[in-house]
Amino acid sequence: MGNKVAAVQMRDITKSFGTVKANDKVWLDIYRGEILALLGENGSGKTTLMNMLSGIYFPDGGQIFVDGKEVTIGSPRDAFDLGIGMIHQHFKLVEVLTAAENIVLGLREKGRLNMAAVERKVREICETYGFDVDPGQKVYDMSVSQKQTVEIVKVLYRGADILILDEPTAVLTPQETDKLFAVLRNMRDSGKAVVIITHKMHEVEELSDRVAVLRQGRFVGDMATKDTNAQEMTNMMVGHAVSLNISRPEPEDPRPRIEVKGLTVRSIDGIVKLDDVSFTARSGEILGVAGISGCGQKELLEAIAGLQPTERGSISYINDDGSREELLGKDPLSILEMGVSLSFVPEDRLGMGLVGNMDMTGNMMLRSYRRGKGPFLDRRFPLHRAEWVRQELDVNTPGLTTPVRRLSGGNVQKVLVGREIASAPTVLLTAYAVRGLDIGASYTIYDMINLQKAKGVAVIYVGEDLDVLLELSDRILVLCGGKVSGIVDGRSATKREVGMMMTKLGGGRSA
Amino acid sequence: MHNALFHISKRRELPWYSAWGIRGAAIVLALVVCAIVTALATGLNPLAVYGTMFQGAFGTTRRVWILLQNLAILLCISLAVTPAFKMRFWNIGAEGQVLIGGLATAACMILLGGKLPNGLLILIMLLAAVAAGAVWAMIPAIFKARWNTNETLFTLMMNYVATQLVAFFVIVWESPKGSGKIGIINQNTEAGWLPQLAGQKYLLNIVVVAVLTVAMYVYLNYTKHGYEISVVGESERTARYVGVKVGRVIIRTLCLSGAVCGIAGLLLVGGTDHTVTTSIADGRGFTAVMVSWLAKFNPIGMVFASFLIVFLGRGASEISTIYGLNHSFGDILTGIILFFIIGSEFFITYRLSFRKKEV
Repeated sequence: MGNKVAAVQMRDITKSFGTVKANDKVWLDIYRGEILALLGENGSGKTTLMNMLSGIYFPDGGQIFVDGKEVTIGSPRDAFDLGIGMIHQHFKLVEVLTAAENIVLGLREKGRLNMAAVERKVREICETYGFDVDPGQKVYDMSVSQKQTVEIVKVLYRGADILILDEPTAVLTPQETDKLFAVLRNMRDSGKAVVIITHKMHEVEELSDRVAVLRQGRFVGDMATKDTNAQEMTNMMVGHAVSLNISRPEPEDPRPRIEVKGLTVRSIDGIVKLDDVSFTARSGEILGVAGISGCGQKELLEAIAGLQPTERGSISYINDDGSREELLGKDPLSILEMGVSLSFVPEDRLGMGLVGNMDMTGNMMLRSYRRGKGPFLDRRFPLHRAEWVRQELDVNTPGLTTPVRRLSGGNVQKVLVGREIASAPTVLLTAYAVRGLDIGASYTIYDMINLQKAKGVAVIYVGEDLDVLLELSDRILVLCGGKVSGIVDGRSATKREVGMMMTKLGGGRSA
Repeated sequence: MHNALFHISKRRELPWYSAWGIRGAAIVLALVVCAIVTALATGLNPLAVYGTMFQGAFGTTRRVWILLQNLAILLCISLAVTPAFKMRFWNIGAEGQVLIGGLATAACMILLGGKLPNGLLILIMLLAAVAAGAVWAMIPAIFKARWNTNETLFTLMMNYVATQLVAFFVIVWESPKGSGKIGIINQNTEAGWLPQLAGQKYLLNIVVVAVLTVAMYVYLNYTKHGYEISVVGESERTARYVGVKVGRVIIRTLCLSGAVCGIAGLLLVGGTDHTVTTSIADGRGFTAVMVSWLAKFNPIGMVFASFLIVFLGRGASEISTIYGLNHSFGDILTGIILFFIIGSEFFITYRLSFRKKEV
């Protein structure tokens, strides 16, 4: 690799936000015909660094060379002119336009716009790399993975040969991820430079040729992927040795806590989201829920939490003395008033679980503001709780008065999970609790969930990473198209078996 | 490749003195620009014009009282719309809510005046004004909560209904007949006229609004209701998630919003005007929206914002009288000053960094 000229050389790149140094004298080389994995924990400055390359931020100091020539990248247009294109984690598409319209949006080409020619060119790009996009399809009709494909084609259409993808697999199913990886390999083989930002170790190992690690805004090192391993990379990212094992203690005295029977849920459009779902969640046990995204996981949790109108069935909460209470048809307030301590960590952290513009104390207050008689708020209790969460979970925040939206993803999640477990729940529902979190933060969350399990909480854990589900759960409920495909033992089940059940009811055996 | 001259980035947090420094600088700049415009457009000495503006607002004791009275009413309506805005409910129906409150007050004065002891009459007027304003705001709120109708259009339309109702009753109660207006109600008996504090016509209004300001500040910042309003405003999904009954909060908050508008109507009709016309609110239901935003929904900030707007208005009308200028010239100056003040918020939120020459 030493004799190749780097497509991009970044030298001494520095960028500060207020008092925080997001990037501190970072060096990075990107080569053509190579997939580089940019690895680092949340807040280590990966996205900031790449945003400077794609013209979103402007560095405070340092130099950028493209093909050996120093350049100034002041806007995304400058970046495009240099052939640099970035695919962001949050898609920037106009929903009501078609794929092709989105792709040419913002291009200032001379002459009349010829949509037929655009569509032809889009098809050509798709054929070259093996994309599956219909240029005439409206974006609102597309799945997440299709939208991502449109973003990638958009960048290629503009002639980019240096592609940056920010956590591209965070929203994809395993199958979609495989497809994306195949495309990225095609691009590499055709001589493009590809950078993926990620913190998923197995993706790095599977896909990348070279890996560069950032830690707290500094460049730690880079090496060929084949010369390293997950443990070494993790240690570099975190800065000290971490164990990559999730503990799974035997459940102690498991008793039925939540019994769901024949639950059927329809969406507003009348589509069946859950179809005759029955299962039992036990105290002191983690019940994993697996399934392809959109198979009713969200509706299941929200139905239990009293947020989802249901059509049929029952959800019983079983007290320690065996008495039952019906949760179906109750709203969250009445469930609370019944004395059922149910905590819910929803998928949409800042849109549902927390209020982004409020500080930690204000967010703790969401659960506690009704405390006390009289019309006035008790601020001392949530303040103590915020302090407790900050200390106990090691939340990295400038202060308790900082709005939570300013915190990094991992810290936002710690605030949310911290608040939910602080109320000593008997049932804990979590949806994609570690999505977008780095290794360190993910393991903190697993430990916290395990601690709740040890306290006798019935945990229902909806996850997307099968490896983790198989390591963490005592039992796994597999959903397929809103139906229960089966419930398997977490200790004996295999990834293959669960994967089959996710795509076919009963894994194809009973079908 | 071109070099951008500057780029814009969001500030993290600015200490309060820097923020106020920026605002102060904006006002100074605005005055400079106004001076240039004045000199160029009218040939008058800008300093003399400023002096006249100041005279118009503060020149005599009477003018100070009028300034304070106008300030009180504008502030009262601004306080009224604030809880709704904080909840992201775009209540632009304050105009109608004030009118209907005023109409209810006038109705009590006309129909019950002389038949009840004055204390009892005033109490009934208060209840009627509050109820009328509350109902007027609650109607769009119920539709919003139940069927998610667009509150902006709905509250706006309610203004026209209120105006027409007042116009109708002005004819019903007109006095003397044929004059097309109600005239001073109970001029001889002064029944239903709000009492004067310390012999000052406007003092009661000012005291009532001062109390309301503090109450609203406490309500929004220190009560459970105020917290629910913030949560619903930030995210309805979060509110539902923690078990807040969103529809109920919307209706309750608009009830309050309308009730305070009703009080403004009471103060106008019972306290100062002693009559009702279709123009008692005088566009202040809309100006209040600006005051509320300018102060970022902080009741204490609204005191300053309403002062600024009332001061500019009084000053502008004074210069148009003294110098025989078209009234629009005063509005031009007001516009320039507001432009700079609102524009300064941009520099408080964002930072412009100019690029240094790179070596």
